[in-house]
Amino acid sequence: MGTTAQFSKHVLDIDCEREAERIAVRMRGMLSEKFKRRGFVVAISGGVDSSVTLALSVRAVGKERVFALQMPELHSCGETLGISERLADHFGVVREHTDITPILEAAGFYEKYDAAVRSVIPGYDGGWKSKIVLPNILEGRNLALFSIVAQSPCGEIIKKRLPFKAYLEILAATNFKQRIRKMLEYYHADRLHYATTGTPNRLEYDQGFFVKLGDGAGDIKPIAHLYKSQVYKLAEHLGVPVEICGRPPTTDTYSLAQGQDEFFFSLSHEKMDLCLYALNSHIPADLAGPVIGLSAEQVQRVYQDIGQKRSTTRYLHLKPQLVEPVPEIAF
Amino acid sequence: MAPKEEIKKFIVDELLFGNTALLTGDDQSFLQTGVLDSSGLLELITFIENTFGIAVEDDELVPENLDSLDNVEGFIIRKRGRLNSYDPACSFHSAHP
Repeated sequence: MGTTAQFSKHVLDIDCEREAERIAVRMRGMLSEKFKRRGFVVAISGGVDSSVTLALSVRAVGKERVFALQMPELHSCGETLGISERLADHFGVVREHTDITPILEAAGFYEKYDAAVRSVIPGYDGGWKSKIVLPNILEGRNLALFSIVAQSPCGEIIKKRLPFKAYLEILAATNFKQRIRKMLEYYHADRLHYATTGTPNRLEYDQGFFVKLGDGAGDIKPIAHLYKSQVYKLAEHLGVPVEICGRPPTTDTYSLAQGQDEFFFSLSHEKMDLCLYALNSHIPADLAGPVIGLSAEQVQRVYQDIGQKRSTTRYLHLKPQLVEPVPEIAF
Repeated sequence: MAPKEEIKKFIVDELLFGNTALLTGDDQSFLQTGVLDSSGLLELITFIENTFGIAVEDDELVPENLDSLDNVEGFIIRKRGRLNSYDPACSFHSAHP
């Protein structure tokens, strides 16, 4: 935990070699001591988090005991597959590509999603693209409520605030994607006798930026304690290809391109990391602001936004609740 | 029923399953004290729009309008006043009389 006097832009600097080794030792130990499994399944998206998780898995148990899964779908960015292929080949791991579009079609995802958007934007259909966004918390005092942004085939952009029912319908439908992917990960984990990995970084883990029993599941989350800036540094250290280290973070979940910053944090990850660190270290907003490059009022808004998201996403972190403890099954 | 009572009843009955202990004061921030999260706020907005016949515009989505019983009631009264002054024939009928 830092102090106000020590707070600077360098507070998140890490000794990458030491941290990578510490994580790898821990991952190996969990396999043998807790999971009793023989390797790791890693779903790779072409993003930096899953790439670092793959690299750490290889470091922990060797490339022969890591299985990489690529699971794009209709709305995925066209680059995703090629990038993740090159990543897997770079680290020499076995990879498998499963296009989950047919599974999503069978589950009715695309129809359900389009119908939900159409309830807000009449005329919306599969020829359009869309994403959900939050207001920029630095530009005003608006409460953090989601809007849908849709682009028609001729390029017209429409933005509408989401009413409760449409918001839930869109969220529920979209969550199919992460849950189907995790289902496939567990299929391969079971047949190989491997453990699954979850790939959230600290921002995502803290702020509930994951789908419960989707990408939020995983036997181990090896980078959940690392701020996004630290994940980028670790990526470079571990030799993750430059084309991944240089990519801006995206969700690759919606058909319209969506940066992670506009989806959940409304702030660049560098600034958000420092804000989260400052909040966790009880550094007052007026002292944190000049270091981060924000006004005290803006930092205070970010602090409040972090608190609100923690409150809203608490359910996602909750394990199944029991009416009374079963002490014999407490690990 | 006064707007504040109607809102309170909705929050307690529909969102808190009758747990009145969580609502401690009319000026209590819903968000900061965990009475509502973002989803609960969305439900509250839908309730306000349906019950009081007003549309909550994007630029009205601020804590001063929505983040306590006092603030919500004040917002509804101001909004009604503005609409009534614009259209004297405008009337409001609660969906839950």
